[in-house]
Amino acid sequence: MKQKKLLASMLLAFSATAAMADITVGVTVSATGPAASLGIPEKNTIALVPTTIAGQKVNIIVLDDASDTTTAVKNAKKFVTENKVDVIVGSTITPASLAMIDVAAESETPMISMAASRAIVDPVDAKRRWVYKTPQNDAQMSTAISEHMTNSGVKTVAYIGFSDAYGEGWSNEFAGVAKARKLDIVANERFNRADTSVTGQVLKIIAAKPDAVLIGGAGTPAALPQKTLKEKGYKGIIYQTHGVANADFLRVCGKDCEGTFLPAGPVLVADQLPNDNPVKKTAQEYVAKYEAAHGKGSVSTFGAHAWDAFKLLEAAVPVALKKGQPGTKEFRTALRDALEGVKNLPVAHGVFNMSATDHLGFDQRARVMVKVEGGSWKLVK
Amino acid sequence: MDFQIALLLGQDGLTNGAIYALLALALVLVFAVTRVIFIPQGEFVAYGALTLAALQAGKVPATLWLVLALGAAVTAIDSAQALRHGATRRLPRIIAVNLVAPLLLWLLLTSVDLVGLPLIGQIALALAIVVPLGPMLYRLAYQPIAEASVLMLLIVSVAVHVVLIGLGLLFFGAEGTRTPAFTEGTLDLGATTLQYQTLWILASSAVLIVALYAFFGRTIYGKALRATALNRTGARLMGISTTMAGKLSFTLAALIGAFSGILISPVTTLYYDSGFLIGLKGFVGAIIGGLVSYPVAAAGALLVGFLESYSSFYASAYKEVIVFTLIIPVLLWRSLTSHHSEEEE
Repeated sequence: MKQKKLLASMLLAFSATAAMADITVGVTVSATGPAASLGIPEKNTIALVPTTIAGQKVNIIVLDDASDTTTAVKNAKKFVTENKVDVIVGSTITPASLAMIDVAAESETPMISMAASRAIVDPVDAKRRWVYKTPQNDAQMSTAISEHMTNSGVKTVAYIGFSDAYGEGWSNEFAGVAKARKLDIVANERFNRADTSVTGQVLKIIAAKPDAVLIGGAGTPAALPQKTLKEKGYKGIIYQTHGVANADFLRVCGKDCEGTFLPAGPVLVADQLPNDNPVKKTAQEYVAKYEAAHGKGSVSTFGAHAWDAFKLLEAAVPVALKKGQPGTKEFRTALRDALEGVKNLPVAHGVFNMSATDHLGFDQRARVMVKVEGGSWKLVK
Repeated sequence: MDFQIALLLGQDGLTNGAIYALLALALVLVFAVTRVIFIPQGEFVAYGALTLAALQAGKVPATLWLVLALGAAVTAIDSAQALRHGATRRLPRIIAVNLVAPLLLWLLLTSVDLVGLPLIGQIALALAIVVPLGPMLYRLAYQPIAEASVLMLLIVSVAVHVVLIGLGLLFFGAEGTRTPAFTEGTLDLGATTLQYQTLWILASSAVLIVALYAFFGRTIYGKALRATALNRTGARLMGISTTMAGKLSFTLAALIGAFSGILISPVTTLYYDSGFLIGLKGFVGAIIGGLVSYPVAAAGALLVGFLESYSSFYASAYKEVIVFTLIIPVLLWRSLTSHHSEEEE
């Protein structure tokens, strides 16, 4: 009899905790492998996000996918089958995120990607209904560059980019907007992340005499073409992409990067934003939190994508909680719907206005033009 | 393409080729003496450069902890072995080389002003940290299976490579570094300009190659290495320790690798994982030499450098494809011209 009572009370206790279930978030980031310089700040950021949303405890499971598509899918599958997560956050890079879409759609779990390509959320079809992302589209960034080029009187442009999805994507995006703005692309070259020399490509570019050069690379490897261009005496304007927006790039590139222009998320120059910019406050909040934990000047724009993913959750979870308990299918569906309903949410990289056809929800406030001046980023007014 | 561009590309190819040549020589050396295809060769390039960069930033490089850990492991294993054989006389030497020396190095690193040190001092310190990793790795990973098949040694090489890459990310982080040039500035040659660092690379490579030549031809240790490469059993019968030969060849390989990294880190950004690709290009050169001939390997490596440089001008998107496709006709030619002797493995 006593035993039965104990059993009953244990069952009761168990069901009680099940009813008050925590929200479980599965995060997969590329903390090692080629995308490690993006994945590490994201991973660091995850440690800074709030552990309760709307009074509910948030369990965050972080796995590393080593910048590998197969591992990312394996992580996603583990999240939905073993951990029964309510939402998946990740991955860092486009190929991995694209492959994870199937897992998210099949298990009807909302997914927020931290990778850039538009293909992750566009078009919003039966599968991509479940998928959102926080980084700006390459198209938004490339229009910012081409606009700046036309305003600076540039007529001919040379492009040199990574020989991978990033460089190829930028090449295509930029070719599109350049045509619209009547910019002439006079050279189109590729280099590898691990290359020790780009002399051949740079000589070809200089021989084509372009007014400006656009370098489509990410992180410190993008400094190599720029240093070689300067070394070989190139005098035109040099543009970089938002992929270089971290302190390590400035450290490696040094004085050769003075005067470089690039488009970036506003978080990069949070303190220089005008006071009436809605992004300023949230961007400064993120920078302050990150630098308090990792030291001054350690913040990069990549970590902010993870921050924004959790900002989205903070906005959507309270709405979804009204419709179901975490851990259930109802909650996941409600969370998906709530994410789609996020309106006018200022985050570190812009202002989210989600809709049934736009699962990124950023407008022109999500990018600024930045110039490298005196070894730091300066907002171009 | 005009003459000036051809000249610049040639200069670039020669500089890269010189580094590949050094690595190709190290690979041939290690393979000839120990039959190990030394895939982690490239890691020493990255470790050398990044350790120097850490020293210049005033930090005690994390590679030192690896040396201390491996040194402790070697001491433990060797001491246990020595005690089992009752050879207590060997103990002081084992402890001095593997434990006391790295500890002294640590003491030295924490006591001197690293940033204020002249460049040559920093380079010497970086080499003193990275080079001991070579013989220690040999002792721990390869010596226990020294008589195993080439395939098994290759598999162990892959494992060591993966471990070192992972540790590299942990030690140095994902971002790359550059170090200042040995001599800043450029030399104006009229038709072209030459960075002083390029001259340093070419001169150092030439000096190293001549030094290796002299080492193998004139010193007793060099001759012992050559003897081991020709015939392990015969060399042992003549009283040459194959273990000593293995450790020595790994020390040389680590020295060449780390110094190559230090040479090129002023002209390019190096990452924890850049060494692999550089080593692989040296390997293509070594393959052209059939992993036995030093001069052909060096020439092959120079060919790789030139091919890379000119293909980056004509078809930059296919550069790596062109460089690594080179290996197919070379292997075809080698398999057709060399007669096979089916050795027992």
